[in-house]
Amino acid sequence: MNATQLQSQPGKVLLDRSDTTLMLRLSGRWHLSRDLPSASQLVAELARQPVPRRLRFDTSGLSGWDSGLVSFLLEVETACRERGIQEDREGLPAGVRRLIELAQAVPEKEGARTGAGRAPLLERVGDWVMAYSVGMEDFLAFFGELSVALNRFVRRKARYRTIDLAEAVQQCGPEAVGIVSLIAFLVGVILAFMGAVQLSQFGASIYVADLVGIGMVRDMGAMMTAIIMSGRTGAAFAAKLGTMKVTQEIDAFTTMGISPLEFLVLPRVLALIMMMPLLCLFADLVGILGGAFVGVSMLDLSLSAYMRETISTFTFANFIGGLVKGTTYGGLIALAGCLRGFQCGNSSSAVGDAATQAVVMSIVMVVAACGAFAVAFNILRI
Amino acid sequence: MADSTAAPAVSGGDQREAHIVVRNLTMAYGDFVLMRNLNFTVRRGDIFVIMGGSGCGKSTLLRHLIGLKEPATGEIFYRDFNFTAASVEEREAMLRRFGILYQSGALWSSMTLAENVGLPLGEFTDLNEEQIKKIASLKLALVGLKGFEDFYPSEISGGMQKRAGLARAIALDPEILFFDEPSAGLDPISSRLLDELILELRDSLGATIVVVTHELPSIFTIANNSVFLDAESRTQIATGDPHEMLAHSTDPRVRKFLTRGAEKDGAQNDHG
Repeated sequence: MNATQLQSQPGKVLLDRSDTTLMLRLSGRWHLSRDLPSASQLVAELARQPVPRRLRFDTSGLSGWDSGLVSFLLEVETACRERGIQEDREGLPAGVRRLIELAQAVPEKEGARTGAGRAPLLERVGDWVMAYSVGMEDFLAFFGELSVALNRFVRRKARYRTIDLAEAVQQCGPEAVGIVSLIAFLVGVILAFMGAVQLSQFGASIYVADLVGIGMVRDMGAMMTAIIMSGRTGAAFAAKLGTMKVTQEIDAFTTMGISPLEFLVLPRVLALIMMMPLLCLFADLVGILGGAFVGVSMLDLSLSAYMRETISTFTFANFIGGLVKGTTYGGLIALAGCLRGFQCGNSSSAVGDAATQAVVMSIVMVVAACGAFAVAFNILRI
Repeated sequence: MADSTAAPAVSGGDQREAHIVVRNLTMAYGDFVLMRNLNFTVRRGDIFVIMGGSGCGKSTLLRHLIGLKEPATGEIFYRDFNFTAASVEEREAMLRRFGILYQSGALWSSMTLAENVGLPLGEFTDLNEEQIKKIASLKLALVGLKGFEDFYPSEISGGMQKRAGLARAIALDPEILFFDEPSAGLDPISSRLLDELILELRDSLGATIVVVTHELPSIFTIANNSVFLDAESRTQIATGDPHEMLAHSTDPRVRKFLTRGAEKDGAQNDHG
C-alpha cells in the first residue's frame, strides 16, 4: 500500500492489547462521513475481561481529522471513565486534546436533561390536570384584579391614556366592520337557503324572514361577531401584550408604579365591551339583508313583505337578549386575550402560543356562555 | 420626590450611608434554589456591579431588588426601609425613587421617546404638558438624544434605544438606578460611551447605581463595589471592589473570571 492510498483511506481503528494496556492505533482520514468506525465496538472491547487498566493512543497513521474524531474520542473517554480505565492522551494531536478539554471544561448541569424523556401517560394526564387547575386560579386572579381596576375606573381613579382607549375602540369597532358585515351577510344568506329549501315545500317561504330574523338577532349575530372578534382582536391583544411582556415593557410599567392592568388591559376590555353590542346590532341588520337578498332573488318575495314579516317577529326581549350576549362575549374575548398576553413566556414562540391560546380560550368561553344563555333564557321564557 | 438630586458629594471609606442592604437572601424558582445566603451592602454613591457567569442568576437578583420577584427567604432593605415586608402601596412609593434600565430598553413601543420619558412625569408630578415636554427634552439631551423627541422606539438604533431607556429611567431623578446588562448588544465604542454616561450620571445625580453585567471592561471602568455570584456553589463567593478582587483575591474562580480565564486553575470555566 503506497502513501497516497493511505492518505485517502477512511478512518480506521486497530486495537493492540498487552496485558493491562490497550493501544488504539488510529489511521486514515477521520473526517465526518458515514463510514467512520463506531465507538460502540470499541466500548464492548473495553468491557471484555480482563479489563485493561490503561488506554493509549497511536496516531502516527492519522492523515486528517475533524469533529468526527473528537466525538469518537469523547465517547471512548466516557466509557473509560465509567470503567475506571486511565486514559493517556499523550499520543493524540495537540488540537484534538485541546478540543476534548474544551468540551469537558464545563461539567454537565445536573437536571438539565430532565424533561428530555417522555413521561408515562398517567403522569402526563396528571400534569395536564394540575396545569389546568393553576390556569383556572390564574384566570380567577386576573378576573379579580380586573374587577378592581374597573372599580377604580368607575371612581375615576384609574390611570390610563385616553388615546390608548380611543385606539382600542378604533381597532375593535370601525376597523372590524368590513369583515363582520361580510360574514354576517353570508350567514344570513346561508340561513335563508337552509330555510327556503324546507319551507317552500309547504308554500310557507315567507317564514324564511322569521327564521333569518330570529336566528340572527337571538344567536347567530352575536355568535358570529364574537368568533370573528376573538380571531381578529382577541389574538391581537394577546400578541401585543405578549410582545410587551417579552420586551419587558410590562415590567417597566410595574416598576414605575403604574398598574399595567389599568394602563393596558382596561382600555382594551372597555373598548371591546363598548364596541361588541354595536357590532352585533350591525351584524343582525346585515344578516337580515342577506336573508332578504335570498328571499327577493330566489323566492320571489317582495322586499317590503319580507321586511314587514321580519319586523313582526321581533320582540323587545329578542333585541335586549342579543345585546346582552354581545356585551358578555366582548368581555370574555378581551379577558382571554389580555390574560394570555400577560401569561406569555419570554420568547417569540411564546407570543405565538399566547395568541393561539387566546383564540381557543375565547371561542370556548363564548360557546359555553351561549349555551348558558340558552338555558337561562329558556327558564326566564324570553 | 425632588429631594434626590442634591445628594452630597461622596467621600471614601465606609462612612457613607448604607443604601441597599441584602440579608440572607435566597432566590428560588418553585423548589429550585438558584442562590442562597446572599449578603451584601451597597453604600450611597456606589456603582455596584452584580457579576458572575452566564445563567447564574444575576438578572434574577436584580428582579428581586426591584420587587419583580419575591425572595424565598431573607430580606432587602433600602436604608431602614424593609422592602420585602412592605405593603404594595409602600413599595410603589419606593419604586418611584428607582430608575430602571432594562436589558432590551423596554421602551413602550406605541409611544414616542418624549412620551416614554414624559409618562412617569405626567403620572407622578404636578407638571403641566408644557413643562413635561421641556423636562423630557432635557432628559433626552442628557443621554445625547436631542432632537429625537418625536421618534418611535422602532425608528432608532439599539444603542439609541438603550440611551432612551436611560433617559426614561432618570425621568424622576431617581435615588437608585438599576441597569440590566447595559452593554448587551452594543458595539465596544457605544458600550464605552454608555459607561462614561453612567459615571457622569452618578456624579451629577448623586445616585447609587446597581449594574448587572459580565463585561470586564465595563466592570473595571465603572465599579467600585460588587458581588460575585457563582452558579456551581449557588451563592456569592466574593464582594467588594473588583480592582481589589483582581489584586488580592485568592479564589481561583474569581481570578479566572476577572482575568478572562488567563489564569487557568478554576473549577468553573466561564469566558465572561
